[in-house]
Amino acid sequence: MSEERKIRVVIAKPGLDGHDRGAKVVARALRDAGMEVIYTGLRQTPEQIVETAIQEDVDAIGLSILSGAHEYYFSKVIELLKERGAEDIIVFGGGVIPPEDVPRLLEIGAKAIFGPGTPTSQTVEWLKKAVEEKRRKESSVS
Amino acid sequence: MFDPERLKAIEAEKEKWDQRVQKSLQKAPERKEHFTTGSGIPVERVYLPNHVKDLDYMRDLGMPGEYPFTRGVQNTMYRGRFWTMRQYAGFATAEESNKRYRYLLEQGQTGLSVAFDLPTQIGYDSDHPMARGEVGKVGVAIDSLKDMEILFDGIPLDKVSTSMTINAPAAILWAMYIAVAEKQGVKPEELSGTIQNDILKEYIARGTYIFPPKPSMRLITDIFEFGSQHVPKWNTISISGYHIREAGSTAVQEVAFTLADAIAYVEAAIKKGLDPNVFGERLSFFFNAHNDFLEEIAKFRAARRLWAKIMKERFKVTNPRAMMLRFHTQTGGSTLTAQQPENNIIRVTIQALAAVLGGTQSLHTNSYDEALCLPTEESVRIALRTQQIIAYESGVTETIDPLAGSYYIEWLTNEIERQAEEYIRKIDEMGGMLVAIEKGYVQQEIQDSAYQYQKKVENGEAVVVGVNKFQIKEENVNRKILKVDPAVEELQRKKLKELKEQRDNLRVKAVLEDLRKAAMDESVNLMPYFIEAVKAYATEGEICGVLREVFGEYVENVVL
Repeated sequence: MSEERKIRVVIAKPGLDGHDRGAKVVARALRDAGMEVIYTGLRQTPEQIVETAIQEDVDAIGLSILSGAHEYYFSKVIELLKERGAEDIIVFGGGVIPPEDVPRLLEIGAKAIFGPGTPTSQTVEWLKKAVEEKRRKESSVS
Repeated sequence: MFDPERLKAIEAEKEKWDQRVQKSLQKAPERKEHFTTGSGIPVERVYLPNHVKDLDYMRDLGMPGEYPFTRGVQNTMYRGRFWTMRQYAGFATAEESNKRYRYLLEQGQTGLSVAFDLPTQIGYDSDHPMARGEVGKVGVAIDSLKDMEILFDGIPLDKVSTSMTINAPAAILWAMYIAVAEKQGVKPEELSGTIQNDILKEYIARGTYIFPPKPSMRLITDIFEFGSQHVPKWNTISISGYHIREAGSTAVQEVAFTLADAIAYVEAAIKKGLDPNVFGERLSFFFNAHNDFLEEIAKFRAARRLWAKIMKERFKVTNPRAMMLRFHTQTGGSTLTAQQPENNIIRVTIQALAAVLGGTQSLHTNSYDEALCLPTEESVRIALRTQQIIAYESGVTETIDPLAGSYYIEWLTNEIERQAEEYIRKIDEMGGMLVAIEKGYVQQEIQDSAYQYQKKVENGEAVVVGVNKFQIKEENVNRKILKVDPAVEELQRKKLKELKEQRDNLRVKAVLEDLRKAAMDESVNLMPYFIEAVKAYATEGEICGVLREVFGEYVENVVL
């Protein structure tokens, strides 16, 4: 696949959680890997995140949540993407999410959860493949 | 302190030894090319008296409890009294948290430490739209004095000291505490405790800010003033480096940025007309206890000496009690792993020991399930036992500052102090910490350190046992962890509804109006207004709502 278009990602901090070290490290790693990254900063509502994602025409949204509010925010963001007809945008994330909660998030529609200790290279590789697959599907449909 | 002739002789011997080492290296090289502390300070193979040849014992170390306080802020230290064992705790409702506090006190902890949920920390009631999904998750939900009364039910506030991790709305929660104490018949002058009340590090590294810097500094200095006059045993601020370190800074940056924040607070208070010899006595600090054991011990000593010098030389303080860097420590949460979490017990032990050898006044040890969730009773008990075993079984408490005189420790103490001073000078040249934060300088430095560390982990230079080395194939995903009941949010909403129906709403309206007028006048100390408002059962959200209208809200300077 030729790389005509760089991968575009929003990295967001939904809700009130102020722990942004991970989000910033991931954002930088994605940027270093050649992707175009929009980091939203803190205190984002699901509406703001989805709006930014659509405006910026991104391939994926990465949510960082360390406050325990993950189920709420993942489901809200995914719901809103559906409402706005933007459900092709890949949703992934990480933070402090107990392993037992991960299946539920995947059920809701998150495509991957990268917990504590995940090397950024793993996230980068996964995202590249996921976007490649998404674009392949899109071009076959058109 | 050392005879120059002897030093020369040692140096000559060292050179010969170096040659013998080179021969050894040819047979067996060292594990790596470059050795550094966890923070990147180069570490030599061996330290000698020569490394600290200019050390002047009385000038640089002094006696414990005396300037420059390098060896500790009390002259009996742990021979007089152990550090306070103070586990940060709180979750779900005030009832649940009260139970946990009683459990911890029963298990032998010696001070309370309150964790509030994010809506409370950010001045939102549990029924605010921004509180959705967050109520009770990272701490206890406190919407009004009613919740606070439940939180401290059965806990005698004249006998227990309480630390509250609350920043932007610190004055309000403090007002509630004072009101609860009053109901118990305890006067403000009898109260012991701390409020974190450190907004600058919120802008830098923690994120629970509400208002912009100027009104935030007003609130903070109002608290200093009120404390000096009415609550003299209370630490009106806990100037924090813990979170700066957690955000990824080095040990040097942790000291530098914390003390630079402290300088900004002292300057603001002096500008308001307060006397540093008075409010200085009730400044306290909060540091991280990270992985590099020896570096951490040196860090605490360097911080004490540097702060004493700053208060004496820069602010011309004459009261020795106002030069003392008294601090609480928490072991570094970010060092703990989700993989093989039992290993975290060992990490926490090493970190806690560093804090004790560094002379901390108060200590929180993390639970081993830190990377997964809030602590269960079992996991927090182990964390508390860690402190108790150090205190009662290890023997390190029987003499003060036992590592003093180690060539490496004294050299590293000097080096950390020197590098921290360089940062402070740079920040001074920029115009001070408020400007440096506005410019994004501090945030960038921290982030760069965080990213550099991540790269080291990913290329294997930094080993994290169980994560990038010594992994196991199947992690146990069936452990018992603490889950906060999502019904808590609905419960709090109900409580709020009932409260608003039962209280005197005219009175609430009146106190909020009084507060609004007072908030608009910078010269008015707002503490009495907060106390009146909480007693009328105005909610935290309502009070902060008034302040939001008058002060405005801080807009993050996004630095990537």
